[in-house]
This record gives sequence, C-alpha cells and structure tokens, in this order.
Amino acid sequence: MAGPALDVSQLSRRFEQRQILDHLDLRVAQGELVAIVGESGSGKSTLLNLIAGLDQPDAGSIRIDGQDLASLDDDARTRLRRAQLGFVFQSFHILPHLRIGQNIELPLVLLGIDAGERRQRVAELLDAVGLADRVGSLPRQLSGGELQRVAVARALVHRPVLVLADEPTGNLDAETAALVMRLLAAQIRGRGAAGVLVTHSAAAAALADRVLLLRQGHLHPQVPDAR
Amino acid sequence: MLWLWWQLIIRYAWTYRLRTAVQVLAITVGVALGYAVSLINTAALAEFNAALREINGEADAVIEGSRTGFDEQLFARVARDPGVQLASPVLATDVLVAGTADEHPPRLTVLGIDVLRAAPLSPTLMGDASGTAESAASRFAIFGDGILLSPSALARFDVAVGDLLTVQAGSATVALKVRGTLPGVRPGSLLGVMDLGFAQWRLGGLGRLTRIDLRLADGVSPETLRARLDLPPGVNLSGPDATSARLANLSWAYRVNLNVLALVALFTGGFLVFSLQAQGTLARRAQFAWLRATGLERRQLERLLVAEAVSIGTVGSILGLFAGVAIARAALGALGGDLGGGYFNVGQPPLGFTLLTAAGFAALGILAAVAGSYLPAREAAHAPPAAALHAGGEEDVLRPLGRAWPGLALLAAAAVLLSLPPVSGVPLPAYLAIGAILIGAIALQPRIARLVSRPLADWLQTARAGTHAPMLLLAANRMVQAPGSAAIAMAGIVASFGLMVAMGTMVSSFRGTLDGWLVQVLPADLYARVGQSMTDAWLPPADLERISAHPGVRHVEFSRAVPLQLAADRAAVVVVARNIDAADPGTSLPLVGRSLAWQPDQPPPVWVSEAMVDLYGAQPGGTLELPLAGSLHRFSVLGVWRDYARQFGSVAMRATDYQRITGDVTRTDAAIWLRPGVQAADVSRELLQTLDSREVIELRAPDEIRALSLRIFDRSFAVTYVLEAAAILIGMIGVAATFSSQAMARSREFGMLRHIGVTRGQILRALALEGTLATLNAILVGLLAGLVIALVLIRVINPPPFHWSMQLIVPLKLIAGLIAALLVCATGTAAIAGRRAVSSSPLRAVHEDW
Repeated sequence: MAGPALDVSQLSRRFEQRQILDHLDLRVAQGELVAIVGESGSGKSTLLNLIAGLDQPDAGSIRIDGQDLASLDDDARTRLRRAQLGFVFQSFHILPHLRIGQNIELPLVLLGIDAGERRQRVAELLDAVGLADRVGSLPRQLSGGELQRVAVARALVHRPVLVLADEPTGNLDAETAALVMRLLAAQIRGRGAAGVLVTHSAAAAALADRVLLLRQGHLHPQVPDAR
Repeated sequence: MLWLWWQLIIRYAWTYRLRTAVQVLAITVGVALGYAVSLINTAALAEFNAALREINGEADAVIEGSRTGFDEQLFARVARDPGVQLASPVLATDVLVAGTADEHPPRLTVLGIDVLRAAPLSPTLMGDASGTAESAASRFAIFGDGILLSPSALARFDVAVGDLLTVQAGSATVALKVRGTLPGVRPGSLLGVMDLGFAQWRLGGLGRLTRIDLRLADGVSPETLRARLDLPPGVNLSGPDATSARLANLSWAYRVNLNVLALVALFTGGFLVFSLQAQGTLARRAQFAWLRATGLERRQLERLLVAEAVSIGTVGSILGLFAGVAIARAALGALGGDLGGGYFNVGQPPLGFTLLTAAGFAALGILAAVAGSYLPAREAAHAPPAAALHAGGEEDVLRPLGRAWPGLALLAAAAVLLSLPPVSGVPLPAYLAIGAILIGAIALQPRIARLVSRPLADWLQTARAGTHAPMLLLAANRMVQAPGSAAIAMAGIVASFGLMVAMGTMVSSFRGTLDGWLVQVLPADLYARVGQSMTDAWLPPADLERISAHPGVRHVEFSRAVPLQLAADRAAVVVVARNIDAADPGTSLPLVGRSLAWQPDQPPPVWVSEAMVDLYGAQPGGTLELPLAGSLHRFSVLGVWRDYARQFGSVAMRATDYQRITGDVTRTDAAIWLRPGVQAADVSRELLQTLDSREVIELRAPDEIRALSLRIFDRSFAVTYVLEAAAILIGMIGVAATFSSQAMARSREFGMLRHIGVTRGQILRALALEGTLATLNAILVGLLAGLVIALVLIRVINPPPFHWSMQLIVPLKLIAGLIAALLVCATGTAAIAGRRAVSSSPLRAVHEDW
C-alpha cells in the first residue's frame, strides 16, 4: 500500500509570543480531501504555508509523498512544489497579461514539458473544468467563477501529489462556489491526488472526506452536526 | 527560460507599454547624449590631428620655440648634426586678415618654408600654380613672392588667385599677391604658404625661425638627438606625439567634463528605470509570489527580472545609438567641432563610427538599466512568498527603505572619496562621490519624508483644519505611513532635480564669477587690441602715439601679451607685460590672497595665474624661470591672480621689466581712460579714422567686452544647458509615469474609499495633495543634495582640469522656476493618473486583485 500523500508530525510554529501551531499531526492519504476549518487567526494559512514549504516550522516534520521537507534547502523545496504540489488561492492569482491557456500551462513550462504535450494537457483540463472554448481568452474576459475554475485547472495540470486550496471559494457567490468546489473535489479525487482545503464555508467543507477544526494549535475532528 | 522570458517579461512589457516606453526612453536619452558627445569629440580631434599632420607633415621630430621664434643660426647647427637626415626650416606666423566684414579680424596661419627641403616632409604644402602667368613647369618660381592659400582660405577671405590679400603682421600691414592654391589641404583649414625668405622679410621675421621639422637618421630617436643638441632656453625638441598631445590637452578638460555631463543624463535615466522597475516589481509582487510558490526558483526569478532590465536597456541603447548619431550631426552643424568651446577650428568634421565605441555605450545603457533594476529584482526574488501571496503589505516590503544607515553610510563614503586625489588627472573619486551623495540622498528620502510629514499629520489630526481638510490629512498620513512608495516614485525626481541644481549652480557660479572678474579687470572706459595673444600682430608705434594724444583720452595703459612655450606637451603660457605697482598690485590685478612684498635686491617680480600654480608649481615666495629673448630669466613670484581668459597659465610682469629684458617696445593692448563727458563711441569712431591698424584693431567699451565674453561663455556651455534640460525632462517624465503606475496599483484602495463615501473628486484631490507633498519632499532632498554636489563641482572637480577657482552663486530664480514647474507637473500628473484609477467600478476594485 502506498504511503500517505501528506504526513505532518508534531508540527509547531510560533510567531512572536503566540504559539500558532502546537505539536500538530495530520495525515492525508492519496485520493483523500481534507477540509480544515477554524476561526480567523487560528493558523489555517500558516499550516498551509508550512506544508507548502513556504515557511519553516519551529519543530516537527512534514513529508510529502515520503520526502521530508526539513532535509531540503529552499531551491529543493521550490522544485518539490513545482513537481508535487498544486495551489488554488482565494484571489485566483491569474496572470492578467497571459491568455487562459498560457496561465494553465505555466507549471508545465517550469517542469520543462514540451509544447505538444502541454497543449494536450491544457486542453484536457480546460475541458474538465468546462472552459474548453476559452483557451485563447484573456483573464479580464472571464468572470470570477470562471477564473477560479482556471485556477483549479492550473493546480492540476502537472498531476501533483497534493493540492492545497486556501479559501478557494472566498470571493465567489454561493452558487458559483458550490460549482467550483464540486469541480475541485472531483478533479482531485479523479486524478488520485490528495487535497487539503482551508475554508470558512460549511458548504465547501461538506464536500471533503474529513473536516478538521484547527483550534489552539491543534487539529480536532469536526463532528458532523457542527459542520 | 525563453518561454518564461517571452510570456512573463515581454508580454508584460507590451501590456504596460507606457511604463515600458518611459523606461526605454530614459535609457535612450542617456545613451544618445553620451554617444553624441563621444562622436563629436572623436570627430573633432581626428580632424584636428589630420590638420596637424598636414601642417607638420611626415617629420620624425620637431624643434619648436615660442611664437617669437629663435635665431635661424640654430638651423645650420641642427642640419649638420649626423643624427639629422633632413631638416626643414619653418617660420609659422598667425596673421590678421584685413578688409573683411567680420566682427573680429579673422586669423590666417602662414607657413614660410624652404620648398626644396619641405617637399619630402610636407607634400601637402606644395601648391598648384596652374592658371597663373608663371610657367606651370616650375612650381618653385611662384615662391619668389606672394602666397599660396588653401581652398578654404580663398573662400573665407573672398579672394582668388591673382588678387591681393592684406594682412597685419607685427605692426605692419602687408599686401600679398595670391599666387596659387594648396589643393592638398583639408577643407576648413585656413592656411597660407610662402617662401621662407619672403615670409621672413615681409612678415617681420628676419633672422628668425619658429620651427625646424626633422627627418632623423636611422636608429636616432628624438630623445637621443635632444640630449646631443644644446638647445637654447625656450626651444624644445619633441616627437610628433608631443604636439598632438599638447593640442589634445587644450581641450581635454572641456571634453572630459562634457563626457561626464553626458553620463549624468544616463545616470538620471538609470534612476528613472529604478523608480519604474521598483514599482512594477511591487505591483507584481503577488504574481512573483505565486510563481515562487508554484516552483520558480529564486535564482530563476532574479534572472528573469535582470533579463527584463537587459531587454529594456538593449532596446533603449539601440535607439539611443541612432539618436546619438542624429544629435551629433545636428550639434556639429549648429555649434561646430568644438561645440562652441573655442578650442578647434575644424568646421563640420565627418563623423566616424567604431563598433567598439558604439558597443561601449550600448553596454553602458544596459548597465544603467540593470543597475536601476537590480535592487527591486533581488527583493522580489528573496521576498517570502507566503506573505506576498496575500494582498496588501506592500509598504512592509518597503519598510527597510526607512532605515537611515544605508544613506548615512553612502554620505560618509562620499566624504572619504572627496579626500582622495585625482586619478591620472581625472577627478574620478569626486565623480564617484557625487554618485554616492545622490544615492545616499535618495536612500534617506523616506526618513526625511516621515520627519517632515509627521508634524503636519499630527497637527491635522487634532486641529480643526484637519476636519475641514480630510484629504490633506489622508495625504499627510500616507506620507508618514507609506514613505517608501513616495521615495520610489520620487527617486528619479531627486536625481534629476538634484543634478539640475548642481549643474545650474556650477554654471551660475562660474558665469557670475566671470562677470564679476570682468568688471574687476576692465576698469577703463575703452579697450583697444590687435588680434589675440596667439597672433603675431601688434600696435604700430605711431598708433600708440595717436591713441595717447587723442584729446578725449585722459590716460592710457599699454600692455604686451606674449605666448611662451614652457613645456612641449602643454599649451603656451602667456606673459602679460603691463603697468603694475609692486607695492600695491591689487589695483591692477584681481589677486587671490595677498601679494608678498618685493625687495629691489630680489629678481624682478611676477604674479602668476592659478593655472601656473597647478601646472608648473609656481608659488608665492618661490621663483620662476622664463625663456625670454633667447635666455632664461629668473623672477620672484609674489602672488597669484585670477585669470579666466587664459586657461593654461599666465604670468603678469611689470612692462618696464619686460622691456628691459627683451628690448621689445611693441604693445598689443591699450586700456584707455577718457576725460569726463567724453563718449567712448565718439573716441572709438575718431580713432578708427586715423589709426594705421584700423583694419585689424578692435576698439570696445567694457560693457561690450563683458557681453561678448558672456556670449562666448553661454555658447561654450550650450551643451551643458541642453544636458540640464534633458535631466529635468527625464525627471518630469518620471513623475508622470510613476504617479500613473502607483495610482493604478491603488485601485483597490480607491474602491474602498468610494465605498465609505469619499467622492471621486475628493480622491483626486487627495492624490494631487499626495503628489504635491511627495514632490516637495523630493525637491527638498534634491535641493540639498544638488547644492552639496555643486560645491563638489566648484571646489573639487573643476579646479584640477580648468585650474580656476570660483565663488558659489546659487541661481535662485532658475531653481524657483524649476520647483514651480515640477510641482505643477507632479500635482497635475497625480490628479490625471488618478482619474483613470477611480473611473473603474468600486465593486470590481475591491473584489479583484488585478
């Protein structure tokens, strides 16, 4: 049996006088989508940044597909993100001066994938998110919901092991948010990736396989009624 | 990386093409000006050296004395020396041409040569007498009398072969028959050739030569021959390079400063690139963070941004090279080969291109762009992606700009650099100090902005004025809380305004000091002069009598200016023999410091100019040896005087001493004091009717001389004025571009303000006030930096190459005008830029991150 896509063990992080994360454990299996909820300032984004290797913990370990982040320098962590991680952000972060197709293929370019295969994969992902006819459009020609679907496509185009989504529906209306979340969940599971979703939205969390509450630096299973 | 470069850099540049265009323009202007100055200097020097080779021919060495020449007996001794294969005697004279309509009588260089000896060494001086009455087979016959003129001289003086050309040589007016042309002489060269004996007789040089051109025997060097020959004082033997070096040195200081001023434009352009690149990087902060999060390595991002700078620099440099050629052509046409400096007489020389020079300036342009982009690129690459992924926090990125120590360290470095000596005569440490002062001032700008704005913000917060001026409160608070943004926007302004203040103050100081000096050295009511000190003409004795005897003249002082060659590779020093009271020389000379007392048992007294102190080490209390009348004479140096008319050194001595030593009673200049009620114009008109030298004499009132001198000064500094204008233009373009860029980046902020009830008009007012406050701060910093740099220019940089000191005179009106123009530009631009930013829907502004 394959190991977990994400294995976080005894993770701690402190900012100034505050203990944000305190010996936190988290394991996410391949194909599993985990939602993390919590109050503002509870450390959800900090946890995501640590998992992504964008920040360094004070203690504990993080393994992505068996690779321990602590053993990697900044460039190596960057290369790991390039190959193994996908990101979906609340603010989309779509590059405004690139066409939709070019935005999506950017991770493939970084991996050195040739143009032919890039085109093929971009077409596949755009089709999966229902934007097959927008490959040549500019970002300003798309709505917020469409842009977030582009972001989902971009997060998955390079077949990552783990997708990290930070409030992916924060800027969307309820209906669009539900659509994007269903799409994200389906694509993550369908491609055998693991997903960690940080959200305030109960509806978004409901689509996850597990919901964890981050409180006082620890993760607690969220009971179904509390969702 | 190529894909990334194309998609992330080039497409981005096209999307924001206005900002890109401004950055490219900044580099283009800098490279264009620098390249143009380099092209002009190279063309002019090449032309001048070519003209020199024409005159000097193929000589291996040259024996030269002062313009008064040396005994021709020396020639016989030199020609007999076994180290000399061929010796060609020359009498070189600069005469004034009479009968032209010019404001100043034009100068003609006449070479008296022995045609048999000169032919192998100077074939271009062999004339063409075809079309004359003499036998065409015997070109030597035409050298019996008359003169051959270069084609340019024929045109200039409007004479043809067979006509008479009237010149003044010495005190005599001489009519010479034009016997033929010098077709081999280059265009623009005003040259005449005569038979040596005829020239000595007609031009007042009997028994004298000024030059002996030599072809040396195999294996003999100029140094070897110099050691063997016992040359009289004031006569030097040098290789041809020394002459070329001397003439290059004539304009070296002027050319070096021109090159530096041109580099100033490039430097300012680099600061503008920094402003825009920093803002552009800040605006793309989240994008870069996403790229880093997605897997772009730090080094890759840094390389991409440097590639962006190289792209901007390359395009700007290529355009700059083309523009530089166009500017050079136009400048040569308008100002001549010396750009108005008065050092050359080469007309409009052709431009020559070398790949190396063009590549060098292109590299400088790219370097300026990279230098301006490096810090923003490094910051973007090293910024923690986690923080940058979330909107806001831009000012946190800029918070390190508020640290005082980098700016203070740079200013301290500038102080150290100013204490270092010049490098090979170029005040390079001082130029680097100027760079350090500017960058240090820009680095301190956020700190100063906060210091200056905080009292205003605090007062508005509590005072009733704040209630009625909420936009001013908003603007002041932004200056306090976000000074980094303003600092980046204003970096270009600080640089360009600071440099403008510095150059404007330097020029104003020099001009004002020159004007004051002219008032001091022109106390008389009327001045008469025959030619300039580099010509061989003087006032006839009869004219001296006529001037003194004129009924309107109360008192006359005559003087004699004589050029002396003290060093082969330096321009001639001028001895000015005039009435000087050794007990009180300050009444005749504009002294720098006190004059020492003179005792009769000491050698005769002289007063040296500042250039003599720098170039020859002449000091008050010491002695100075001068070659006069064929031998060396020792003089006591009693003091130093300021002489702006003669950049390469002058020595003032009593006319009585000069006459006693040399026996020369001729005079070149007269200072005339008139009786009360007598008009200078009337005396001038009457003298011009009676004087023998009326065709060539110049009679001017002191106001005329002052006006003329200042016109020449303004022409010499024409290029400086152009470069000042370029610097301020770059700054103003920078203001427009950076405010525009910042306003667009703050769309979200404006959207939020609109949400809480601030109208579009109020936002625009706030932007205009921010623009005003930021510009005022930049002006303050730029003004302070500019004045300090002006002091560096005046006290440290200008004295070594130009050998003069000057007072500090700040051009208050010019600076006030510029400040007003900058404020209007900045305020207006901020408001106009804000219009576009507030025109979008507030909903869209707050809900989208782009």
